[in-house]
Amino acid sequence: MSPENHQHAPLHLADEADAAAALAEAEAGQNRFDEIIAEDSRIEPRDWMPESYRKSLVRQVSQHAHSEIIGMQPEGNWISRAPSLKRKSILMAKVQDEAGHGLYLYSAAETLGRPREEMYDQLYSGKAKYSSIFNYPARTWADIGAIGWLVDGAAIVNQVPLCRASYGPYGRAMVRICKEESFHQRQGWEILYSLSHGTEAQHQMAQDAVNRFYGPALQMFGPPDGDSPNSQQSMAWKIKRFTNDELRQRFVDMLVPQVEALGLTLPDPELKWNEERGHYDFGDLDWDEFFAVIKGNGPLSRQRLEHYRKARDEGAWVREAAVAYANRQSQEQDQAALIGA
Amino acid sequence: MTSSADSSSWPLWEVFIRSSRGLSHVHAGSLHAPDATMAIRNARDLYTRRNEGTSVWVVPAEAIMASDPDSKGAYFESAQGKSYRHATYYTQSEGVKHL
Repeated sequence: MSPENHQHAPLHLADEADAAAALAEAEAGQNRFDEIIAEDSRIEPRDWMPESYRKSLVRQVSQHAHSEIIGMQPEGNWISRAPSLKRKSILMAKVQDEAGHGLYLYSAAETLGRPREEMYDQLYSGKAKYSSIFNYPARTWADIGAIGWLVDGAAIVNQVPLCRASYGPYGRAMVRICKEESFHQRQGWEILYSLSHGTEAQHQMAQDAVNRFYGPALQMFGPPDGDSPNSQQSMAWKIKRFTNDELRQRFVDMLVPQVEALGLTLPDPELKWNEERGHYDFGDLDWDEFFAVIKGNGPLSRQRLEHYRKARDEGAWVREAAVAYANRQSQEQDQAALIGA
Repeated sequence: MTSSADSSSWPLWEVFIRSSRGLSHVHAGSLHAPDATMAIRNARDLYTRRNEGTSVWVVPAEAIMASDPDSKGAYFESAQGKSYRHATYYTQSEGVKHL
């Protein structure tokens, strides 16, 4: 044995012992994790969790946060043009809520070890995904109604089961979000109701908005179950509780009586009650379009990102001012303490 | 684009809210802010938009010392097997009024 080997042998053994210990630890962690999931309890930030669970959650939660942040744009656009002071106030409150939802979710993702700045940068660089629905323009005031009723409506159907997600901070953020979300849906429905019962042109404007947002809103639940590769795993981990298609069906069943109450129709000739299933049947959606939008080729994909970048760049001075102010406050306090001494 | 003033490099604060007089503060979430005053102000804006609270605490996240989740068993099991700490353990007094 060469002296070199002599030196290496004990080191090598130590490595092996470490590796064995790490393996045993991971195994114990996995067992505990499986137990917690099986008993429908919650995983908390400092618990051991499989790397794939952590990664999957970071992806889902940060995408969700990005969607809320980008989702402020179609509506933010209409604040100055909302038809009355009341509608402006309501819309501002809604946009503020969405900023808040984004922040709750970024906080939840941070507890998984993903730095906030990294998430912002991913959105900034266009690497991160967000819900495809926000790449459609809000052309008329009625679109703000359709976004509230259909887009926030779909979000609620999706989000209510997420309140029971197996990851504690995510579930808790969702509880807070769901509490705020139902106001969004109702205000949208009311906008459409007012328009639908207004002049003929207003009625048509409401119908037109519903026609354009219905399909994309149904696509918010994601691709059909057969084409949704992550669903199975997310269900097993109890992050998701229902499949995309189950949630989509629930949403359609919910919409039909609501659209009737509005005095409008849904743009689907195949939509009809199925006595046997106890659900509404509905037609196929344009999935080619969906995947094109996801890939960044939506009508406003580029503009939404550019606007986000502009807002972040131009808002930098506010963050700098906040730091300067905080520094000055603490200096003044130090000085006061000195004088006091 | 990324400067030291970026909000994400600000310290993390944990937010606690007392929902009404007489109750304890409960953890509501967290946020980034450059100092305590702004953390309080942002917590008000972010977590109490609908009358959720009558009082807000913010605590620097790094100031929170927590028990180790892996030693949960060893740490908390001493409370188990001590049923005599609970009133329901004492059955002789059942049926006796005001006891």
